[in-house]
Amino acid sequence: MAVKLSLNVNGKAVEAEIDPRTLLVQFIREQLHLTGTHVGCDTGQCGACTVHLEGRAVKSCNLLALQAQGAEVVTIEGITPANGELHPMQAAFKESHALQCGFCTPGMVMSAIDLLNRDPHPSEEAVRRGLDGNLCRCTGYQNIVKAVLACAAGEGASHV
Amino acid sequence: MSEVIDNPTGIGCSVKRKEDYRFLAGVGTYTDDLTLPGQVYACFLRSPHAHARIERIDTAAAAASPGVLAVYTGDDIAAAKVSGLPCGWLITDVSGQPMKEPPHPVLAQGKVRYVGDHVAVVIAETYWQAKDAAELIEVDYDVLPAVVRPGDANQPGAPAVHDSVPDNVCYVWGHGDKAAVERAFAGAAHVTTLEFANNRLIPNAIEPRAAIGQYSRADDSYTLYVANQNPHLERLLLSAFVLALPEHKVRIVAPDVGGGFGSKIFLYAEDVVVAWAAKRLNRPVKWTAERSESFLSDAHGRDHATKAELAMDSEGHFLAMRVTTAANLGAYLSTFASSIPTILYATLLAGQYRTPAIYAEVTGVFTHTAPVDAYRGAGRPEATYVVERLVSTAALELGLDQAEIRRRNFIREFPHATPVGLTYDTGDYEATLAAAMRLADVEGFEARRAEAATRGKRRGLGYSCYIEACGLAPSNVAGALGARAGLFEAGQIRVHPTGSVTVFTGSHSHGQGHETTFAQLVSDRLGIPIENIDVVHGDTGRIPFGMGTYGSRSLAVGGSAIVKALDKIVDKGRKIAAHLLEAADTDIELESGVFKVAGTDKGVPFGQVAFSAYVPHNYPLDKLEPGLEETAFYDPTNFTYPAGSHICEVEVDPETGVVEVVSFVASDDFGNVINPMIVEGQVHGGLAQGIGQALIEQCVYDPESGQLLSGTLTDYALPRADDLPSFVVDTQVTPCTHNPLGVKGCGEAGAIGSPPAVIGAIVDALKDLGVRDLQMPATPQRVWQTIRSAQAA
Repeated sequence: MAVKLSLNVNGKAVEAEIDPRTLLVQFIREQLHLTGTHVGCDTGQCGACTVHLEGRAVKSCNLLALQAQGAEVVTIEGITPANGELHPMQAAFKESHALQCGFCTPGMVMSAIDLLNRDPHPSEEAVRRGLDGNLCRCTGYQNIVKAVLACAAGEGASHV
Repeated sequence: MSEVIDNPTGIGCSVKRKEDYRFLAGVGTYTDDLTLPGQVYACFLRSPHAHARIERIDTAAAAASPGVLAVYTGDDIAAAKVSGLPCGWLITDVSGQPMKEPPHPVLAQGKVRYVGDHVAVVIAETYWQAKDAAELIEVDYDVLPAVVRPGDANQPGAPAVHDSVPDNVCYVWGHGDKAAVERAFAGAAHVTTLEFANNRLIPNAIEPRAAIGQYSRADDSYTLYVANQNPHLERLLLSAFVLALPEHKVRIVAPDVGGGFGSKIFLYAEDVVVAWAAKRLNRPVKWTAERSESFLSDAHGRDHATKAELAMDSEGHFLAMRVTTAANLGAYLSTFASSIPTILYATLLAGQYRTPAIYAEVTGVFTHTAPVDAYRGAGRPEATYVVERLVSTAALELGLDQAEIRRRNFIREFPHATPVGLTYDTGDYEATLAAAMRLADVEGFEARRAEAATRGKRRGLGYSCYIEACGLAPSNVAGALGARAGLFEAGQIRVHPTGSVTVFTGSHSHGQGHETTFAQLVSDRLGIPIENIDVVHGDTGRIPFGMGTYGSRSLAVGGSAIVKALDKIVDKGRKIAAHLLEAADTDIELESGVFKVAGTDKGVPFGQVAFSAYVPHNYPLDKLEPGLEETAFYDPTNFTYPAGSHICEVEVDPETGVVEVVSFVASDDFGNVINPMIVEGQVHGGLAQGIGQALIEQCVYDPESGQLLSGTLTDYALPRADDLPSFVVDTQVTPCTHNPLGVKGCGEAGAIGSPPAVIGAIVDALKDLGVRDLQMPATPQRVWQTIRSAQAA
């Protein structure tokens, strides 16, 4: 049984017929081939699948694609400039060595952007608390926190 | 080392990583990101029981389910003569007999031996079809009793995991001079004794394991895309041991890999099944683990039960150490399982100290749990925990200062041969301890302790002076110790006609930043911009050979192979330049990217020499082959010995048992540092894993049913951003004496050094309450209970 889905992804209108069980992350990865959004768990714990839905960070493994019916979705590909440059948050991650294996990174960046959108000048503690929903096994978080604080100091809130 | 002083991308510079763009932009390629034409999906049916006889499997309904191409069980695997998974290290029992190696089938044969064991596989056109069909497989199990703890496995009456090993003992392995140790204990003024578990951990790389098998009828060849740390080793095991294929027909590609920490070293059943099934079905077969499968079936780490004793004279000089450990190997021997609690454990028990006599006896046991193998540090965190908890406890018992007891026993002369078989080439343990104490402001600690007390909190300081053996390994030494493979590394430098360079390395990067660090080696040596250098890894089809990345070996062994290949490039380049400059090649030197005639201003740039090698119109063709490409294999002559001091400061709330790490200082000696930024990042990550082990991580199997109770990220506590402090990281340098870069390795140090520092700090905070020891992980509940039991006693 296929159902119709229409939504906007990274600024483009998308229409598709999908199995109603399809998760938003599966739709993004397998049907739109936007593989920058990752699946690290299937229980909403790790945050590797974080995307923006109507401007807020959500875990796309915890939503059915149908729950994004008519909505605006932005993925890591959507915040990355087309000219080979980086979004200020991405640039801050590179500058601060806030990534190692890179698997959690797109989700972490999407959460961090949302965090600054809500709290443009957070304390270190607020950043640590705000990234509580994103797991990284490589960095020990220190440089991720540093990157988010640097982005906040240098660029203010980095709107999508 | 550095020939180019001003090179901003040379050795010693914190060059920003070349690999970052693709990860930040979401355009990396992890295995699950690949979709091959005609790809189908595998779903494994896993055992819900820890131990059961399989009475019957009915796959008919699954096979008839929509989209299903095949359902395979252990019978199909046996009929196809697919061999079991091999173990790469032979340990010899104290009796002189080889360890017990019961079969490790890729799909269960007659019995299942842990929750998550592979019972059958369904392969279907879509993921959903495979998953739906797997639920239709009917299996009748005769459930049998299970044993899960290392200390219980060899007790009388414990259920046997394998019929061929009725006492569950894989080996009893002894190391050291037992008689000398007994004599020293008999004459000791003081003996410190501890009994503890080293808690079982689940690695949890954030990228779940994944594999895609592909078969080509055109040339009867296989390609396996797999999230793996050592593609050539994977190929060796898969081709020579399991599927009986010639190596040249098997290509392993380990593309971007999202963390490993040891868990992606091994050849797993799923890798074999997708490769084997790809030929049977003539379709690419993909499998990606769900996180619950990672918990159940990735090789776990640690899980020791240990009794340890330290004999001292009346002044706290160490006389001897005696260690008895039961090590859980899980249900089957994983790739390196046998070597972790033996070769990589007992050989490190000297730590940084002159202890003259050491004896360790390790009983490796089978249990009804997932296989246990290397996890970040692999044996060395367990050894460090033994040594440093003994030393800290001894100081407490003797009324000695924690730094003083260590200083009294430090090794200060090198090379130093330990009584457990290693020869440390160099080190300066006083330097790292002094730096750590300064950075931790040990002098100001008592004031901080007093201040905390006014708030009802208890502060403590914990020390850990660790050592590790890295740079695995001299192949002949490893071979004598039971390794069934060589442990060298290969590097290849391809200079292109316009002077840009591709490096092919047998090391594999899954977060370590080799694409940057290895490019720095080339930029430094050849004096060319780092943008002109690319590093290729993770593909047996492109790289000559390799043993992969684990045991903090990549720079010390893989980097050394690259240096050896660079030597050959420079040698040949000098000859070409000599011809172009009409000079003797002995007069030519490479300086800042220019081959120069020494003492003159005559020179040719590196790029022009490269061009001449490929357009050899003016070239010494009578003496020299055209082209500029060299390969080197490097086999180390010794292990490397990174070492350092970690100091942890905690604040404990005695009413709730909550522990806060208020400060953590690591001063490490990794030898020469190529990229300080990357090294610091490696230390941060290691510390997070070590502090995770000390405070919150714990794999729990129900002791009766053998069910995995910590099977999700809600039940297994992976450290989160707000669980950890900011670390203070420092490096001291004594260059390694036996590799060309003078490097030692930094990937595991944080995880090795930190757990006893954390536990030592908590004990120090609570010592006035009578607390003398504490088991990991020090959760609030456990800390609270430990305080209450100490007070009751």
